[in-house]
Amino acid sequence: MKILTGNDLKSGAVVWWDGQGWSTHITEAVDAGENADSIIATEDAARRVNAAYAIDAEQTEDGPRPAHIKDRVRALGPTIRPDLAVPAADKMGWDWVI
Amino acid sequence: MYQYDQYDQAMVDARVEEFRDQCRRRLEGTLTEDQFKPLRLQNGLYLQLHAYMLRVAIPYGTLSGKQMHALADIADKYDRGYGHFTTRQNIQYNWIKLEDCGDILADLAKVEMHAIQTSGNCIRNISSDQYAGAAADELVDPRPYAELLRQWSSFHPEFAHLPRKFKICVIASEKDRAAMRLHDIGINIVKNAEGTLGVAFYVGGGMGRTPMIAPLIREFVPLDQMVTYSEACLRVYNRHGRRDNKYKARIKILVHEMGAEEYTRQVEEEFAHLLEQDIEPPIAELDRIRSYFQPPEFATGLAEKADRSDPDFALWIDRNCSPHKVPGYVSAAISLKPVGGIPGDASAQQMHLMAELAKDYSFDECRVTHAQNIILPHVEVGRLYELWEKLDEAGLGTANLDQVGDIIACPGLDYCSLANARSIPVSQKISERFAANGKGELLGELKLKISGCINACGHHHAGHIGILGVDRKGVENYQLLLGGSEAEDVSLAKITGPGFNEDGIVDAVETVADLYLERREDGERFLDTYRRLGMDTFKEALYG
Repeated sequence: MKILTGNDLKSGAVVWWDGQGWSTHITEAVDAGENADSIIATEDAARRVNAAYAIDAEQTEDGPRPAHIKDRVRALGPTIRPDLAVPAADKMGWDWVI
Repeated sequence: MYQYDQYDQAMVDARVEEFRDQCRRRLEGTLTEDQFKPLRLQNGLYLQLHAYMLRVAIPYGTLSGKQMHALADIADKYDRGYGHFTTRQNIQYNWIKLEDCGDILADLAKVEMHAIQTSGNCIRNISSDQYAGAAADELVDPRPYAELLRQWSSFHPEFAHLPRKFKICVIASEKDRAAMRLHDIGINIVKNAEGTLGVAFYVGGGMGRTPMIAPLIREFVPLDQMVTYSEACLRVYNRHGRRDNKYKARIKILVHEMGAEEYTRQVEEEFAHLLEQDIEPPIAELDRIRSYFQPPEFATGLAEKADRSDPDFALWIDRNCSPHKVPGYVSAAISLKPVGGIPGDASAQQMHLMAELAKDYSFDECRVTHAQNIILPHVEVGRLYELWEKLDEAGLGTANLDQVGDIIACPGLDYCSLANARSIPVSQKISERFAANGKGELLGELKLKISGCINACGHHHAGHIGILGVDRKGVENYQLLLGGSEAEDVSLAKITGPGFNEDGIVDAVETVADLYLERREDGERFLDTYRRLGMDTFKEALYG
């Protein structure tokens, strides 16, 4: 699947395209399929998100899992600060990243 | 310490308001990200993995207690309660909101700080010896000269759009504690045969994807021509440095490809021309700056030895304190590398404490080191024990300066959008491994440096042991390097061979450390043993 991500304009927070707007939770990301480029163009023009891009991900029971570790780190937060994780610290979360 | 005059303050205040307006326009949507990016970078604002990151300049690493308090307040008020001290003696905040940037910069300006030229292809924050003004072995305090260069390079219109970023380091001792020869320009203040102070210029060093040691291009430039010679070095670079390929745009590539001899010839030609233009600031300006760096009023007749009956304290003295030029004083290093900690990170609470300790114990001064620690430069020997007790209570009393646990690590893939692999977890595992097995106590000086990508912010090329994180088909992999040094015995580390996974690299570090412990001769550091035995012996231990 293709999911879309970027950073929120105001906060810089990592956000994911949920079909209607941008969510900070990757679990809410939806498959953008062939519409990825047009959604990015529209959202970029509307200045709602910074540097949006499409990534490959795998749909799992726990939601989409990005193919690349960089986006998995982006999804959860710094692996060395579980207290800053998004969502809040999940013991299994870091296994999901690595 | 240097204090802003009305021109400095007016320039910084004007820049704050200018950037506040640019942020407002970006938030309103009248500036696109493409338009805004070069503007935010000129003010130290990056967009990293998780959020905006703000890099604040700490000129030559020197801070007053008041400034350290202000940095702590920013961490508390606008970030998530901590900051990260960097290998350029700066501080970075990882969770900045765009709408807060104007207020943050205004708060910084109130304590004579800013984030100008901490990014972009310009002359960056000028670094120096963290023991400047205190070191027993320095010729003079190098900071007035660094400050003069800072003023010359700030908003210098000719060098606002260089081919690539540009880093200058100024030191004034034979011992190099600031990686001077791994800078674009390394300036060493020296004395000539007549005993006159002048400047030796090393040009074209750097780390990154093509590490180079800067060659000496001029043994002696009179002090009152230092700025002119620097201008000549920059002009030749600005004229011939490549702009078609960012990976070949640093001055080290130009000096290498042109040849140090030809580069020097052109610099000398330009220098002769510039001398006729009379661009050097008047000596009165250097004197004015120098007046801000007068030594504090040191006491006399102080005890020169501390009571070493507490063994933990004695170890901390041996490892973390450095000789001072004034009897009865030492420079004390506050390690930001507790076992298993995050190298260079300090909480707002810790920053407030360090600010108070600077005020109470070190004439209100502290320094940031390129190894991501903090120095209290002027501490009475007789007050060291009470200082250490306060540090230890706050988790800042680790006795490990230049030991295996004193690891330089870049933010790596945990924070950085350029990184390929995580650096910090590897540093934590190594630190914990050597603390748990007790070998860390046996190793002596061992400088370990980790970068999460080829850009080498973690200085892996200069590590006695270096680690470079790479991406191997989407999986983190770590290359091991041996034999680097950023000091006066400067050398570049070499890759041992195939890389390792996260646990494997920790084992590999232990393997080479074990070999050192087994084969070292009297007085040898790890680096000395490596240089004597050679790479093949270490490869054999690693790969069989």
